[in-house]
Amino acid sequence: MRAGILRSPSPLPGFGLSFGIMMTVLSIVVLLPIGALLGRGLMIGPADLWEMLNSRRIWSALSLSFRAALIASLFNLVFGLMLAWVLVRYRFWGRRFIDAAVDLPFALPTAVAGIALTALYAPNGVFGQALAPLGLQVAYTEVGIWVALVFIGLPFVVRTVQPVIEELEADLEEVSATLGARRAYTLRRVILPTLTPALLTGFALALARSVGEYGSVIFIAGNIPNLTEIAPLLIVIRLEEYNYDAAAAIGIAMLIISFAMLLAINAIQTWSRRRIGLV
Amino acid sequence: MFEAGHARLSGHPVATPRSSETVSFHSAFRKALTGGHLRGGLLAGLTGLVLAFGGTTPAAAQDSIEILNVSYDPTREFYREYNELFNAWWTAQGNAPVTIRQSHGGAGAQARAVIDGLEATVVTLALSADIDAISERTGLFPADWQSRLPHNSSPYTSTIVFLVREGNPRGIEDWDDLVADGVQVITPNPKTSGGARWNFLAAWAYAERNDLDPAEFVGAMYRNVPVLDTGARGSTTTFTQRGIGDVLLAWENEAFLALAELGEDAFDIVVPSVSILAEPPVTLVDGNITSDAQRAAAEAYLQHLYSPEAQALALSHYYRAWDTSQAAPEDAARFPEVELVTIADFGGWPVVQPEYFGEGRIFDQIYEE
Repeated sequence: MRAGILRSPSPLPGFGLSFGIMMTVLSIVVLLPIGALLGRGLMIGPADLWEMLNSRRIWSALSLSFRAALIASLFNLVFGLMLAWVLVRYRFWGRRFIDAAVDLPFALPTAVAGIALTALYAPNGVFGQALAPLGLQVAYTEVGIWVALVFIGLPFVVRTVQPVIEELEADLEEVSATLGARRAYTLRRVILPTLTPALLTGFALALARSVGEYGSVIFIAGNIPNLTEIAPLLIVIRLEEYNYDAAAAIGIAMLIISFAMLLAINAIQTWSRRRIGLV
Repeated sequence: MFEAGHARLSGHPVATPRSSETVSFHSAFRKALTGGHLRGGLLAGLTGLVLAFGGTTPAAAQDSIEILNVSYDPTREFYREYNELFNAWWTAQGNAPVTIRQSHGGAGAQARAVIDGLEATVVTLALSADIDAISERTGLFPADWQSRLPHNSSPYTSTIVFLVREGNPRGIEDWDDLVADGVQVITPNPKTSGGARWNFLAAWAYAERNDLDPAEFVGAMYRNVPVLDTGARGSTTTFTQRGIGDVLLAWENEAFLALAELGEDAFDIVVPSVSILAEPPVTLVDGNITSDAQRAAAEAYLQHLYSPEAQALALSHYYRAWDTSQAAPEDAARFPEVELVTIADFGGWPVVQPEYFGEGRIFDQIYEE
């Protein structure tokens, strides 16, 4: 049995031990909580789960959560790539400072981020006052949720793409140029394909993170049912009602949708890798 | 869950002179209400950090008696002072000082933390429904707990009033002004905030007395709510700091506190024609008591809330307390006369909670059509 499953492919010993530790920790930290959630769902039964989920308010909350996460992650995909590119390719005063600051959204408690963003974008805040004459309101609308999610998702894209850009060989771009390719063509056919897998990974990470975000969003969203109420808040509300089953139902719905989305992104990644044939 | 963790970490012996945590919270709250917008907001957020990670002073020696008071949001300032008052009195009776730890948060979340195993010695929550839920789900204390202390176990009470911007520019005088087109009302979500349930019921009572359809009236009021915060303090911040809304439905004590902190020239209090007697009750969590000495201290802790000194303290924190004998005259005279309905008029919390705030019931229906 040991020989069959745990055959060590490496000349270094210790596969059995490290595999055992890995599985134990993974079970305690990741698999058990998710298993408990799914187990609760099984106990409730699919018919009752559907019954609990099928209301306008829950669908609005779920679609808001996933829509806002998608929009914010798409924004981060473009802006994060640009930021990473500038940080790697150009030398300017303050570059190291900006490079370090990119990680701040990881470190800052999300509640602090939410409160700070709300203070800035509220109608009497610095940005809010500037936007008000244009008829734009950010805080307490869906746009405010996008802003919060852009903030917390940005480092994921930057930090996954940055090392790949560092590895890019400038020679390739020069060759492309000497062969007569225009800049846009080089960008599209030489650089972007190499970056695609990393970009997709960063996008998937940012998306997964934003879907479940609670701490920063509840401060800047108005939390009005059907309009600006995110699915995680609805879970908290169900818990306040001591309705653990309904809370689990929403949790399971989010889990399934997230899993399907990540699976789709993975499939795109595999497909693009095969098409490009490198990385 | 956060509150539960924070409760365990943030404890500190009250007998010591003001710890840095106490001071930092107080000044941060003051700034959050008075300071610049960004700075205030950040400070309030950072205070959360300090509370969560800062107060890791080890608990006092094993043999000393400890009380964990699990309370709701706006009682922070009151209990900080009451704990000192109680310890001074308790030691003057020849007892060893008691270590009192405080935990604050939305009443519903606090009740759930106790149900999930937070070892509260006493609970002092925003409404009896939350305490009923603890009794019903854990059996830690008898179902008739509310008859164990005077005045429905509510040593202090409050009511719901309106806080409006200086000069009352929208001319808001009573509940029917809240359903007018274009008026923005700030109140928390009754699902997550105990205080907000009192707001809801006060509006309901007004509609019933004025022969309006209460469900329609309250629905129209909630359609004027642009931001539904999860707790009473959150709503106060949204209204006072973010400048959102024309009127805040607030606990009377929160409204007076906002006036005291922000200056009388920023906001006005408007007292509606009818409101509700909000009774935040207290009780002993018998099942979590570990020794006779602890029981004696915890019982005294709750009973002493009814003493003239403690009642005076509650009055100075803008609560409507029962005994004014030792209160400063201006504290006792502060409260305007207002007709108050009680929760008993609605049939009591065991009836009201499921009927009005249960899943899919009256409150949810407002947002279902």
